[in-house]
Amino acid sequence: MRRLGLAAAALALPGVARAADAAPPAENFTAIAMFGVFVALTLGITYWASRRTRSAADFYAAGGGITGLQNGMAIAGDFMSAASFLGISAMVYTAGFDGLLYSIGFLVGWPIMMFLMAERMRNLGKYSLADVTSYRLSPGPVRTMSAISSLVVVAFYLIAQMVGAGQLIQLLFGLPYAYAVVIVGVLMILYVTLGGMLATTWVQIIKAGLLLLGASYMAVMALAHFGFSLNTMFAAAVAAHAKHAAILTPGLQFKNPISTLSLGVALMFGTAGLPHILMRFFTVRDAKAARTSVFWATSFIGYFYILTFIIGFAAISMVGSNPLYVLATGAVRGGGNMVAIHLAHAVGGDILKGFVSAVAFATILAVVAGLTLAGATAVSHDLYANVFRRGRTTEGTEMRVSRIASVALGVLAIALGLAFEKQNVAYMVGLAFAVAASANFPVLLLNMYWKRLDTKGAVLGGSLGLVSAVALTVLSPGIWVKVLGFHAAIFPYDSPALFSMPLGFLGCYVGSLIGRGRQAEAEAGRFEALYIRSQTGLGAEGAASH
Amino acid sequence: MDDITCAQVRANPDFAELERQRGRLGWTLAIIMLAVYFGFVLLVAFAPGLMGTPVAGVITLGFPLGLFVIVSAIALTGVYVVRANGRFDAMTSRIARANP
Repeated sequence: MRRLGLAAAALALPGVARAADAAPPAENFTAIAMFGVFVALTLGITYWASRRTRSAADFYAAGGGITGLQNGMAIAGDFMSAASFLGISAMVYTAGFDGLLYSIGFLVGWPIMMFLMAERMRNLGKYSLADVTSYRLSPGPVRTMSAISSLVVVAFYLIAQMVGAGQLIQLLFGLPYAYAVVIVGVLMILYVTLGGMLATTWVQIIKAGLLLLGASYMAVMALAHFGFSLNTMFAAAVAAHAKHAAILTPGLQFKNPISTLSLGVALMFGTAGLPHILMRFFTVRDAKAARTSVFWATSFIGYFYILTFIIGFAAISMVGSNPLYVLATGAVRGGGNMVAIHLAHAVGGDILKGFVSAVAFATILAVVAGLTLAGATAVSHDLYANVFRRGRTTEGTEMRVSRIASVALGVLAIALGLAFEKQNVAYMVGLAFAVAASANFPVLLLNMYWKRLDTKGAVLGGSLGLVSAVALTVLSPGIWVKVLGFHAAIFPYDSPALFSMPLGFLGCYVGSLIGRGRQAEAEAGRFEALYIRSQTGLGAEGAASH
Repeated sequence: MDDITCAQVRANPDFAELERQRGRLGWTLAIIMLAVYFGFVLLVAFAPGLMGTPVAGVITLGFPLGLFVIVSAIALTGVYVVRANGRFDAMTSRIARANP
């Protein structure tokens, strides 16, 4: 049970390894050197990007000049976080089959995004997702609502990443937790404030390439160890794992069917409401590039999850039965999240271990940079320029505000990372997905598909989705019992999305139908223009001329 | 976009065709994906025993089905891209030329 708990924690965020399980880590010089090379390279890119980032379109959307393949790689990079690489392989290592459910859930949101949203978002949007809704709804209320829910998603995601980063880097590099958090925070601020979306995208692309390379090599070497026979690998895993054949059947991790289903809903529809992901659709030239990028993203992410699955299963026998990697008690040295790192050592020695550790650090850095940029956009473009100044501001001022917001968010992220060091933050990524699925997704979808959606409906639905997702998470076992220490949870399921997402839709529906006045009819009247633009791209924001 | 442009696009037979074909393809593929995914999740949630049936050596039914979900996600997005890059883009650019 202990191992399962660890894996669950590990998965929900990048690196909740239990430092207590680890011997005091020695400094890992191979890893530090390789990470130094990555930092030097990305700072060089940031310098290059800073010289090309002149307008707001450059800062928020990389001037619209990212190609479909590049954007697909960057999107895949956002998804191939340390949580999915280390967390899912750790979860497969402890719970076997059930680890597959997370990876599949993360993947299948993409086809839905492609079929129903990607092109339309590109045709309607400019810099932030609120641009899409304020196209026909009243900008003040919908931008405020969208900025709040975006910031909530970004904040929870960021806390999870920062705490994970601190703990992971402590283990991988032997650096103190506080140093690690500050290094991540400072580098992320540099990338975002100087290089904007262009630097953030290229950092993500490079990291995604390195991660795919490293994981592919590990998976091939691991398969070679079993003579390229999956059956031999599974048989060895069954023999080595304490639960034996149970690892090949669902149920070790997810025991409650409703929880499982609810998690499935959060993972699938949350993807279509994550602000840092949706922003990436505004970095490509047109709808065609948007759909090409989703195809590449889906392919890379699908391939990557197959790799993590092989890595996790290979590790059950290759790591789990080697006293070099596990203690006599059966616990993994350094905590559950170290499984993939140990496997790298098993198949490639110190060099590969150093490489994979450095890539894991790079991964966290790239993901937090994307999150910070999305948060800064919500502050500067939505709240400052369009709500507070009602559009009466200059591009220069708006960019200055967004840089200040990036620095402030970076400092806040460092502070939160330090404050939450000893906290159990396992629920936070799940909560971010649930809020995205419940508050953002219903409003975005109905805005494009349902003519009668109006401002009060969007605000009611978005608020209801946000509040219910957060409230139900607080009442769930993850917080109510594990953090607040009550005996029994009031809301019995781990993920709220099965309930909070329908509430979000219901709020939009009821809010739009009651008390329709002249404003509601005017908003319905503007639907035709939105619809035609979303379908054809006529009038869409073009690529900046570079 | 002004009302006149909207009315012109609306009257364009290419637009009606684009709307019809893309709507049909998008929703069909979305429904297939939802059915495949939630079919898999429901089997995992409510029929773990069935998913644990060995099919080849020690490999159980759940693994090929999981792989099938991943491959379908990639294949369905591929189908959409191929159709959209050819047919839909041709119609879109005809509409754009008619309404400069």
